[in-house]
Amino acid sequence: MKFLRDLLDKQKPLFQKGGKLEDLYYLYEAGETFMFSPNHTTAIKGAQVKDAIDLKRMMITVVIAMIPCLLFGIYNTGHLHYLAVGEAGTFGDKFVLGLTLVLPIVLVAYTAGGIVEAVFAVVRKHPINEGFLVTGMLIPLIVPATTPLWQVALATVFAVVIAKEVFGGTGMNILNVAMTARAFLYFAYPAQISGDQVWTYLGDKMPVDGFSGATALAVAYQSGQDGVNAVTNLASHNAALMDNMFSFQNMFMGFIPGSIGETSTLMVLIGAAILLFTGVASWKIIVSGFAGAYLMAAVMQLLAVNEFMAMPAHYHLVMGGVAFGIVFMATDPVSASQTESGKWIYGLLIGVLTIIIRVTNPAYPEGIMLAVLFMNVFAPLIDYYVVKANKKRRLQRATV
Amino acid sequence: MSKQVKLKKGFDIRLIGKAEKKVGDYQPVKTFAIKPTDFIGMQRPKVLVKEGDTVKAGTPILIDKKLERVMYVAPVSGEIVEIKRGEKRKLLEIKILADGEINFENFEKFTSSEIKSASKESITDKLTASGVWPQIIQRPYGVVANPDDTPRAIFISGFDSHPLAPDYNFTLKGQSNYFQAGIDVLKKLTKGKVYLGLSSDEKSVELASIEGVETTNFSGPHPSGNVGVQIHHVAPINKGEILWTINPYGVVQIGKLFINGIYDASKLVAISGSEAKNPSYAQTYIGSCVDSYVAGNTKSNNFRVISGNVLTGEKINNDGYLGYYQHQLTIIPEGDYYEFLGWMKPTADKLSFHKALGLMSFLFPKKEYTLDSNVRGEPRAFVQTGVFEKVTPMDIYPVYLLKAIMAEDFDEMEELGIYEVVEEDLALCEFVDVSKHPVQQLIRKGIELIQYS
Repeated sequence: MKFLRDLLDKQKPLFQKGGKLEDLYYLYEAGETFMFSPNHTTAIKGAQVKDAIDLKRMMITVVIAMIPCLLFGIYNTGHLHYLAVGEAGTFGDKFVLGLTLVLPIVLVAYTAGGIVEAVFAVVRKHPINEGFLVTGMLIPLIVPATTPLWQVALATVFAVVIAKEVFGGTGMNILNVAMTARAFLYFAYPAQISGDQVWTYLGDKMPVDGFSGATALAVAYQSGQDGVNAVTNLASHNAALMDNMFSFQNMFMGFIPGSIGETSTLMVLIGAAILLFTGVASWKIIVSGFAGAYLMAAVMQLLAVNEFMAMPAHYHLVMGGVAFGIVFMATDPVSASQTESGKWIYGLLIGVLTIIIRVTNPAYPEGIMLAVLFMNVFAPLIDYYVVKANKKRRLQRATV
Repeated sequence: MSKQVKLKKGFDIRLIGKAEKKVGDYQPVKTFAIKPTDFIGMQRPKVLVKEGDTVKAGTPILIDKKLERVMYVAPVSGEIVEIKRGEKRKLLEIKILADGEINFENFEKFTSSEIKSASKESITDKLTASGVWPQIIQRPYGVVANPDDTPRAIFISGFDSHPLAPDYNFTLKGQSNYFQAGIDVLKKLTKGKVYLGLSSDEKSVELASIEGVETTNFSGPHPSGNVGVQIHHVAPINKGEILWTINPYGVVQIGKLFINGIYDASKLVAISGSEAKNPSYAQTYIGSCVDSYVAGNTKSNNFRVISGNVLTGEKINNDGYLGYYQHQLTIIPEGDYYEFLGWMKPTADKLSFHKALGLMSFLFPKKEYTLDSNVRGEPRAFVQTGVFEKVTPMDIYPVYLLKAIMAEDFDEMEELGIYEVVEEDLALCEFVDVSKHPVQQLIRKGIELIQYS
């Protein structure tokens, strides 16, 4: 460690004011503070000691919480490939194949975003934002494994610049950065992120007869169109590949087509447990988000005019990205509601909106993306009224 | 039956080095200093003495030309040895070399019936002339009170919940008759009541039997002992109102002035902190030089001396002077070191309010910690939400208030409750902040914006 420290200290004057590489100070600083917590001491006046937490630690906690989803996503990508082409593969085969597909996406997202961060840090003279540790991991988890790498890069650059840096960086953004990246892909390159063909990697092999790459949501939606019972239709789907692929249990476990990290509700819940235990994410948003989705789905079931609407409410919670979105996207503290009572409303409405979009809008089979972005925009309005109530209490007291 | 208020929000910073309840064996202090910078809101300090003058305890040495009635007096008798000025001739310290025995200025003595029949004006005159007046602090703003005002009420917090805070049961032992006299005097100054906040966790034996006050019992973690928090729960301050607050020490000082006819600046100070060798109390006077308590009394050589507690205190030199309002000296290790991968290393010996990855202090709710002055990270924009609210037992949104201050939005500041807070009330926010904002400095900035607009 001493060697590293000496090395850093030796280079430091180069980057400090008056040094040759003065402009790159924040790049040096990012590297230095990554390796060593700085030796800054507290101000002369004020709190003389500080809590052991910092933003880096908070962000890395979120990254750790996503690891179960990532690992499962890697395995599932390989698993679905072998299933679709009708070959038997060992656990190792599946994992390695998944790794060759998913790892490049992760690397591209981190690299593309990292470059944007670095450029902005140098030009705008601000420290590199740790928020990117999270965004760079979230983006790969919400795209299909077959997404072209250049699209991943483009979406990441777009999202980091437009959703974050133009507002001033982490902490100033209005929209969730990763969700913006996905929305960008969805509207710019719909062919590579929607439909039945993108969710399962086939490579140059032919799928087995009777294979369908449709997601559970697409199948359920189709049941509504065809007037057949959604649960039976789901259960019998892809019978050529495996029995009961879209049974509730299998969808909960996550061996189904979908974006890399979103398929396994179980892994999402493990991540949620980490986030809640560490207190990094708001339990209010997660609880109210799931409650909103379930209640709205139950209402839909009551009002059912087609078989999709009649599907049992709990099915909605394990299909598509609703669980992943509520746990990892809705809880982003910057773009979420910032008041405690606001968080209840914010989470609830995300759940409700997701189901409404899913069930009633034929153009978007999944609603969580738009629901989160929509509520990101409305979060300040919710907070405005919550804070206004506080001001009103203060004012009323004065007149008593 | 007095009112009970249970506070749940807050956080106790549990530190090693609590002062043992005994008067320690320290070298007698030779020099004392009055620092105009201790009096927040003092705008135009003017020194009334010259170097070489001799003064008695109670001799006026300083005034604020904006509040000329209020005398700031010498805490001990002796010789003015230095009037220290800083940049732009800013007045920093008036140093007094104490003579061995204290000579007091004589003030008129009052019996308790005389106190009861005295007029508000005569009491105010006596308080301002004798040097005890600066103990009375005005809310809003947290500045020395203006004797021309009549406050809606006067609030006293009977306990200190700050980290390693002195135990008032010990420092005020045997002084309840003075305290009672002080209360009788204070009652003359307000049309409303005098409120006393006591701790229901530790029995405040010395203050429990005081008469003529409205007592409220508070339980819960820090900042339950902050008078601002207590005001918020008893009778919150509104725009346009003026309240006064005073520390129990000040009440006793007033009592001694009326009963004994002297300005008595003697006080017990808690010498605390993990670096202090024998944490205990020291018998001294206001503005004491800390040299006697620091030199030879520390465990290592790299330490920080704090006038006050670790949340709201001020770093001073090893031979600096204790602040006018402080009853505590804290010595902690200086944190000027790098830590390899310090941001992700699991740790159980650093205290944290949070439970993020690797922060394990929540597993040991009773453990006491050695905290140093390292910032533990770098300043960032606000990211985490909901944490400030958890350590602020008031109906206030701290982040919104701070953002309003940053934006210098006067209306917002008012509406969000700037009148209800001073630095210490939100000091815990500064401790727990993930993004390391200078919260207390911001609060003062906001107060000054409002005060001088």
